[in-house]
Amino acid sequence: MSSADLTGLSGPAPGLDVAERRKARRARVERWARWLLPVVVMAATIALWQWYVVAYKVPHYILPGPDRVVDALVRDWPMLWPALLVTLQITLGALVVATIGGVGLAVLFAQSKWVEMSFFPYAVILQVTPVIVIAPLIFIYVPSKIVGLLICAWIVAFFPILSNTTLGLNSADHNLRNLFQLYGATRWQTLRYLRLPAALPYFLGGLRIAGGLSLIGAIVAEFVAGTGGVGSGLAFKILEASYRLNIPRMFAAILLISLTGIIIFAVLSLVTHLLLRNWHESAVKRDG
Amino acid sequence: MSAASSDGAPRGMASRPLSETPPIVSLQGITKSFSNATVALRNLSLDIGAGEFVSLLGPSGCGKSTALRLIAGLSSPTNGRIVWPGEAPGQGDHELGFVFQEPTLMPWASVFANVHLPLRLKGRSVAAARDEVMDALDMVGLAGFADSYPRELSGGMKMRVSIARALVTRPKLLLMDEPFAALDEITRFKLNNDILRLWETLDWTVIFVTHSVFESVYLSNRIVVMAARPGRVVADLAVDAPYPRTEEFRTSHLYSDYCRQASEALQATLNEEERAE
Ligand SMILES: Nc1ncnc2c1ncn2[C@@H]1O[C@H](COP(=O)(O)OP(=O)(O)OP(=O)(O)O)[C@@H](O)[C@H]1O
Ligand SMILES: [Mg+2]
Repeated sequence: MSSADLTGLSGPAPGLDVAERRKARRARVERWARWLLPVVVMAATIALWQWYVVAYKVPHYILPGPDRVVDALVRDWPMLWPALLVTLQITLGALVVATIGGVGLAVLFAQSKWVEMSFFPYAVILQVTPVIVIAPLIFIYVPSKIVGLLICAWIVAFFPILSNTTLGLNSADHNLRNLFQLYGATRWQTLRYLRLPAALPYFLGGLRIAGGLSLIGAIVAEFVAGTGGVGSGLAFKILEASYRLNIPRMFAAILLISLTGIIIFAVLSLVTHLLLRNWHESAVKRDG
Repeated sequence: MSAASSDGAPRGMASRPLSETPPIVSLQGITKSFSNATVALRNLSLDIGAGEFVSLLGPSGCGKSTALRLIAGLSSPTNGRIVWPGEAPGQGDHELGFVFQEPTLMPWASVFANVHLPLRLKGRSVAAARDEVMDALDMVGLAGFADSYPRELSGGMKMRVSIARALVTRPKLLLMDEPFAALDEITRFKLNNDILRLWETLDWTVIFVTHSVFESVYLSNRIVVMAARPGRVVADLAVDAPYPRTEEFRTSHLYSDYCRQASEALQATLNEEERAE
């Protein structure tokens, strides 16, 4: 820029050639399209839905129109909101425990091949066994319903964090490891200053997957737990509504669950971006 | 104590004068074989005198990196000993600096934090080490980039950060493994001069691994030529040209004479290899 100032020119550089300008324009258009296109597609889908329901006179107890869903959302809000809070609590609780457990286990595995060899199979077994078949057992053995739900959601969510973080801890650059060895770094220092930072992008990738999975885990566990009463979450509201053939309420609850999932994903993506923007290829903005 | 193994020194090779001071490190009959039965080094003996600028020159696979790693203590010899005469026995820390072929910086850490690393590992806080880190950055001309991240630097600048990191502990011995191989010629010349300047001011001993005959003659006062399969020393050549060396030296007769000598020695190892095949 200083060289441009020297020539006494200001404003857009005249040297900017056609290709550069075209690229800049394309970038601008893309920025808008990123937001606009999904919104347009969504609006079109909703309009089509509404039109279909009206044109073919679909009874509302089979497929309610979007207007009825919004109506149900507003009318049932006093009952849906506390349910959403319960589900959210389980989801976030499970995510926190999965993070602590996943990272903790990964660090433990990284300390010793023997520990990893001994216990990794159990992690795999937990991962590949569908939670829906273990959940009933868990609710038998664990007296507290909330704790049972947490355990189920945790089982579903922790594996991506564990396996990604393990991979990350083992993928620190070899020359850097030699350098640490050369300077007599302790095991703890190597972990703190080399392996954990190197694992961060991998961990965050796992965390984003785990965010969605802990919501799924919480919902599935609620379906299995099935009991009503106080402190029941969105899944139970869906079950209940389906018994009563209250289809609009089912849609409203599903809508809330989807929105929750999207928000969790967006927040975790933002966190990832903020943590990696200074150095990691995935988050660094490139000029030109 | 002759440094080179006796066999195979080409005719006309200037032999190195014996140094009077005890060597800083002495490799005695080193053999290194790997589990896949590769013999990377066989019976290598080499004394590195204090204050020397030694280049290890040799074809690919002759065990230059292996020798450097052994000296650095990053692996241990199958046979033979590495002795540090100036140090108390059992002292673990050899006051080494190591510069790899790649800059090998931590991408998540700023330039300052990267250079601070060796001191931090010795328990020195940022506040306590600030002056030394800035000094080291100053010496490589990067004081203004302390807060940048490695990705924001050019290849040559990254390499200079790597050098600053190696010299921040004020090591007596600096090991460099083809540090400039990946850089363009202009940058390489510039960094060559930087290294020479630092070597003269900081009272270092340098062991410099390179593929380049020209680089080795320009930089060093001693060139150790190695041959492959098994890795061994075939010639030990003194480069008696005064420092400071400048671009003038690069175009002098003396320089081209030494380059010819070193090339011949290197060529001899290659011919021998061809005959063996
Ligand atoms: N970890 C290892 N395991 C098995 N063989 C190895 C290992 N490291 C090096 N070698 C072998 O030892 C020999 C010497 O390798 P070294 O890396 O020291 O060569 P070099 O002289 O540094 O070569 P270059 O100039 O290509 O870097 C080679 O034949 C190589 O294949
Ligand atoms: Mg090498």
